[in-house]
Amino acid sequence: MKKVNLEINGKKISKEISDHTLLSVFLRDILNLTGTHIGCDTSQCGACVVHVDGKSIKSCTAFAADLDGSKITTIEGLSQNGKMHPMQEAFKKLHGLQCGFCTPGMVMSAIDLLKNNKKPSDTEIREWLEGNICRCTGYQNIVAAVKEAASKM
Amino acid sequence: MKTFNYHSAKDSKEAKKLSSSNSAFLAGGMTTIPSMKLGLATYKDIIDIKNIKKLSGISVSGKSIKIGATTKHTEVANSKEIKKTIPSLSSLAEGIGDPQVRNRGTIGGSIANNDPAADYPSACLALNAVIHTNERKIEASKFFKGMFETALKKGELIETVEFQIPEKSSYQKYPNPASRYAIVGVYVAKHKSGVNVAITGAKPCVYNDKDLAKALVSSFSSNSISGMEVNSSNMNSDIHASAEFRASLVVTQAKKAVEAC
Repeated sequence: MKKVNLEINGKKISKEISDHTLLSVFLRDILNLTGTHIGCDTSQCGACVVHVDGKSIKSCTAFAADLDGSKITTIEGLSQNGKMHPMQEAFKKLHGLQCGFCTPGMVMSAIDLLKNNKKPSDTEIREWLEGNICRCTGYQNIVAAVKEAASKM
Repeated sequence: MKTFNYHSAKDSKEAKKLSSSNSAFLAGGMTTIPSMKLGLATYKDIIDIKNIKKLSGISVSGKSIKIGATTKHTEVANSKEIKKTIPSLSSLAEGIGDPQVRNRGTIGGSIANNDPAADYPSACLALNAVIHTNERKIEASKFFKGMFETALKKGELIETVEFQIPEKSSYQKYPNPASRYAIVGVYVAKHKSGVNVAITGAKPCVYNDKDLAKALVSSFSSNSISGMEVNSSNMNSDIHASAEFRASLVVTQAKKAVEAC
């Protein structure tokens, strides 16, 4: 067992966990933050993307023990005072989702893109999202949503 | 996944002390963790080396670039110093996996794993790299031994990878559209002392193609290798590409690399 101290969505958390606990499992099963989805569980689909110290990573492929002392943001940490994040708004407005399973990862990944590239082109958005798989939308509306969010952020 | 004891080493000495015949060093974990999840690998001890400060960072000195083992792909891709001295190396790093893999995966991890389709091993061969470990220096040409096999001994830890700055170079990958691993990747580098044509993805282990290099030494142009045939008998063949297609890609990608130099 290992004790980890993390700041998750602005809240300091201290927990005893098994050494092999994955961040995705820690978030969902221990903290009940089930907005982070586990799709493929092999770091291909991107449904589990969260931010660690401001950078997007796949939480299914990181040990929670390894991230001791980090600041983590999940999809639950995006809205402010009950108001959706502009990226969430844009996905809603432009139908950037159908079943919604991939959406938390898409949103978290897209926000990371806009941190370094304020006005990405369609190609840059598509290239950035290559680690996020959606089996419903065909991606068109996801790309449109990211562009819309970029114009609002 | 079977459980293990997680350790975070403060320095290389402690990492070595903690290591055993049933342990693994953990850097980005981009291969180690999936392998453990799939049950392909189990360890009693996982020794995290990411907190060893000395192992991370980029420095350019004269004729070479040194990259610390735990330096992430994103850092190599965005490094101004590398973009200026060996732009092909930063673009190689930019083409690995996806942004989240690049935010975690490390150069040392990629090299230590020696995946037959990984990108960095070809850079090591093309750029006459020297791999500095906690015990010795190993030339890249003696480092990559076979499929997932290197010259590293148990408890031996890569600290730095030192690349020779070439006159010009280019890495051209024909990626698997899903994984972005190389179906075939060709790294051409022209040094004062000669030309290297390093091939990844085509065979069970990265290698330097001596025939292509020889043709390019006499004349460094894509015409000089155009139409050359590469023997496909030892090449990988799978659902993604046949051995013959890979052999053909070696020449095609080499030509592209020379033209992009």
